[in-house]
Amino acid sequence: MKCEELLAMLNEYVDGTVDPAVCEEFEKHMAACNPCQVVVDNIRQTITLYKDGQPYAMPVTFRDRMHDTLRKRWKEKFAAK
Amino acid sequence: MTNPATPEPAEAALVRRAQAGDLAAFEALTSRYEQRVFGLAMRMLRQEQDAEDVTQQTFLSVLENLDGFRGEASFATWVLRIASHAALKIIRKRKGLNTVSLEEAAEPPDNLNSIPHPEFIADWRQSPEHLVERNEVRRLLDDALTRLDAKHRVVFLLRDVEGFSIQETAAALELSEANVKVRLLRARLQLREELTRVLGDSERQLVRSPHPQE
Repeated sequence: MKCEELLAMLNEYVDGTVDPAVCEEFEKHMAACNPCQVVVDNIRQTITLYKDGQPYAMPVTFRDRMHDTLRKRWKEKFAAK
Repeated sequence: MTNPATPEPAEAALVRRAQAGDLAAFEALTSRYEQRVFGLAMRMLRQEQDAEDVTQQTFLSVLENLDGFRGEASFATWVLRIASHAALKIIRKRKGLNTVSLEEAAEPPDNLNSIPHPEFIADWRQSPEHLVERNEVRRLLDDALTRLDAKHRVVFLLRDVEGFSIQETAAALELSEANVKVRLLRARLQLREELTRVLGDSERQLVRSPHPQE
């Protein structure tokens, strides 16, 4: 396996959906190619950072306004039925 | 979406009650997903007013189309799909490109030659667990995300942050799975590149060299 081929299979490897035979090839390449190993580690860390990142808090005043709007619309909709 | 933490039966019951006209059930569903919708919209648009608009439009659309929800996808997937379309619509409006659709911007799915090679390769100085707590890292993440093309950003957010499968992402954005995979790879590589330039240990930067066996 070449570095380019590894790059092409990166998603499947990181997501654990790669074919077992390809997975073996992939790991053999990484064992002998430190840059590819580090890129794979970096990608995993990148995904983790975004997944576990601090959430955005929705402003409470907006939430109240939106729920008011939704209640009004709901009543219109079901009053019309 | 396969999220074992979601109490599925309770949710299905809420959806049925809301479909039958129970406002309390609809409000419970809204409360359950509004933070996620707002978060997705903030990451897509990075502007609070726009994110609020997307959130409200999303739940108004949920309200209007509740009868059409048949439970083929999970309720969360359905809601986030509506939200991602609303966010993309705002991005297109910002660019003044009301007519450009995602499909028209499709790229050749198998063209891996156009995938940029990693350039800055180095171990990170700290683990994600340590980094995630830091405010300047939050900014770095948001900046890197903003620099992604919107069509790559939305795929990354649905797949890697919201936990959609490749199939769910493709269905939500009306793209082929092959296209989703290429966009996801581009997004992941670009984000890796940008984050590693800041978080990587430059003293231990690695240089690619041709392998003797190739």
